[in-house]
Amino acid sequence: MSDIIEIRWHGRGGQGAKTAALLFAEAALATGKYVQGFPEYGPERMGAPVQSFNRLSDKPITLHCGITEPDFVVVLDPTLIKTVDVISGLSENGAIIINTEKSAAEMKKELNFKGRVFVINASKIAKECFGRAIPNTPMMGALVKVTNFLEINGVMDDTRKKLEKKFSRKPEIIEGNIKSIKMAYDEVSGE
Amino acid sequence: MNKKLGWKELPEGDILEAGTAKNFRTGDWRSLKPVYNAEKCIQCFICWINCPDSAILVKDGKVVGIDYDHCKGCGICAKECPPKATAITMEDEKK
Amino acid sequence: MKIAKTGNEAMAEAMRQINPDVVAAYPITPATEIVMIFSQFVADGLVDTEYVAVESEHSAMSACIGASAAGARVMTSTSSQGLALMYEMLYIAAGLRLPIIIAEVNRALSSPINIHGDHSDTMGARDSGWIQLFSENSQEAYDNMLQAVRIAEKAKLPVMVTTDGFIISHCMEVIDMLTDSDVKKFVGEYNPERFLLDVKNPYTLGAIDLQDYYFEHKMQEAEAMKNSGKIILDVAADFNKSFGREYGFFEKYKLDDAEIAIVCMGSTAGTAKVVVDELRAKGIKAGLLKPRVFRPFPYKEISDELSHLKAVAVLDRSDTFSAYGGPLFTEITSALFITRYSLPVTNYIYGLGGRDINTDALKKVFEDLLKNAASKKIENPINYIGVRE
Repeated sequence: MSDIIEIRWHGRGGQGAKTAALLFAEAALATGKYVQGFPEYGPERMGAPVQSFNRLSDKPITLHCGITEPDFVVVLDPTLIKTVDVISGLSENGAIIINTEKSAAEMKKELNFKGRVFVINASKIAKECFGRAIPNTPMMGALVKVTNFLEINGVMDDTRKKLEKKFSRKPEIIEGNIKSIKMAYDEVSGE
Repeated sequence: MNKKLGWKELPEGDILEAGTAKNFRTGDWRSLKPVYNAEKCIQCFICWINCPDSAILVKDGKVVGIDYDHCKGCGICAKECPPKATAITMEDEKK
Repeated sequence: MKIAKTGNEAMAEAMRQINPDVVAAYPITPATEIVMIFSQFVADGLVDTEYVAVESEHSAMSACIGASAAGARVMTSTSSQGLALMYEMLYIAAGLRLPIIIAEVNRALSSPINIHGDHSDTMGARDSGWIQLFSENSQEAYDNMLQAVRIAEKAKLPVMVTTDGFIISHCMEVIDMLTDSDVKKFVGEYNPERFLLDVKNPYTLGAIDLQDYYFEHKMQEAEAMKNSGKIILDVAADFNKSFGREYGFFEKYKLDDAEIAIVCMGSTAGTAKVVVDELRAKGIKAGLLKPRVFRPFPYKEISDELSHLKAVAVLDRSDTFSAYGGPLFTEITSALFITRYSLPVTNYIYGLGGRDINTDALKKVFEDLLKNAASKKIENPINYIGVRE
């Protein structure tokens, strides 16, 4: 299944892990790819660890099983690392992207992961760009950079269109989100 | 109503044309028979309202008698007929 | 137009485009979003539908029956316990020959309580006289909804269109949506021959039938179900001609020259296609048959397609607990027997309560099939996949 990229998102209930996966799927479609975006459902509790998933491909995707060996993992909340095995099933050829203020080297050591580890302070970027520490839009930017599969301008254009529908009276929120995607795309670093 | 229809002839979907109850002569189910006395009748229409078989005959806006082809002899008309009138009384059906 | 939609969104959009006269529904996980999104369409004035909020699924189907008998184009949506609560009304809808559509999201039945996808709920209604269409993905769910309207109204039978709970209902995928005007043209106007609000031609509906007429009416229902097969194919042919997407009783995937094959319904078929491709790359002649129409069961057509195989595995996402194997297995083995084909057929019950079925599990089934094909014997007719000992 090398022609399909599989992604797992880790977040906390209410933090937008599902929204991020669905937004990312729509953005990927806008750049001409085939996509899936789906959440893992359990009892819905604010703050509980949750996961969501994406598949991306140049071809139609018929697989409908769960994702247990993702190519990429995105961690929206660094405090999850202590309680959830975020690198479970992640191959050493894969990569993990973490929203944290720590360095990639520190995280690599903490996770004891041999593959590539990327970090981005997405909460800080979000706070700076649109005033709220909601990390999912900047994390999309970082993910686009690391996966190197989607075209960043297409992703930003599509996200702008989506947000224009939702925040038509708050243009600063829209531009702030778009800015945060680009900033995270440019600033994500790893080793 | 003698010949029973086969499944190919029946209208589809448990449909019955309206008004078929009229063809059923339920009058012979009766053991008691209401008898109507036109002279005592005050034309209050209470029997007509209460009859479950629509068996009170009305002509030109007036109660005129009983439809014995469909009256099952339940006696509601006689029971409901106002005491001051007692225009309907029940009698044994003569077989 | 290519657009990303979850299964629930796709079904709700299909309902919007169909613009039914009446929708009566009671929301239930994982189908909640279908009526939630649709009721927003009603609130926003995007449809002309009379939306009836009821207090239970039993009432939902009752209201649908009343509205349909009155002459309206009627739809609802449910899942699991909701479909189970509709049970007695399902038979009434079918017996009165009312073309009601259910967008049904397959989910396990309690107990134990579970909200995830398996086929137990839909299989419980398999003998209720409803046409049942299974969908592999959001696209098929959308397309089946549109075709269901035409099928139901022509056959004078109710239709349930199903998707797999969460696996499809909550999975965002790329679908190709038709324009509103194309859908309007395809589904057309509903002009029932008889309807209760036709006050100039009154009739009695649902009168008591005892030993004298009940059997004849049930015979009509059986005949209507049998005849609906051709209607399903005609509507599919017209859909294909109009929009270029092919549907039939089932989908064959690399089946014609296959030696071994899996038969399964719903989302698992998509995963099985990937496994078939992998095995084909290794030179193994694997194939897949995915029934789309479970009722009426196309027993002869399916038997004919399976007859050339050396071994077949039938996968059931529900159990019968006492029949010999799952419901799809018993249908297929009896179909093969009646059509006098003899080949090794095994049953695999899987995925109850949403238990994941991955490519490795399906590969294992194909490995078993290779053994059965070689030995021409069956060691274990009934198997359970992925259950802990």
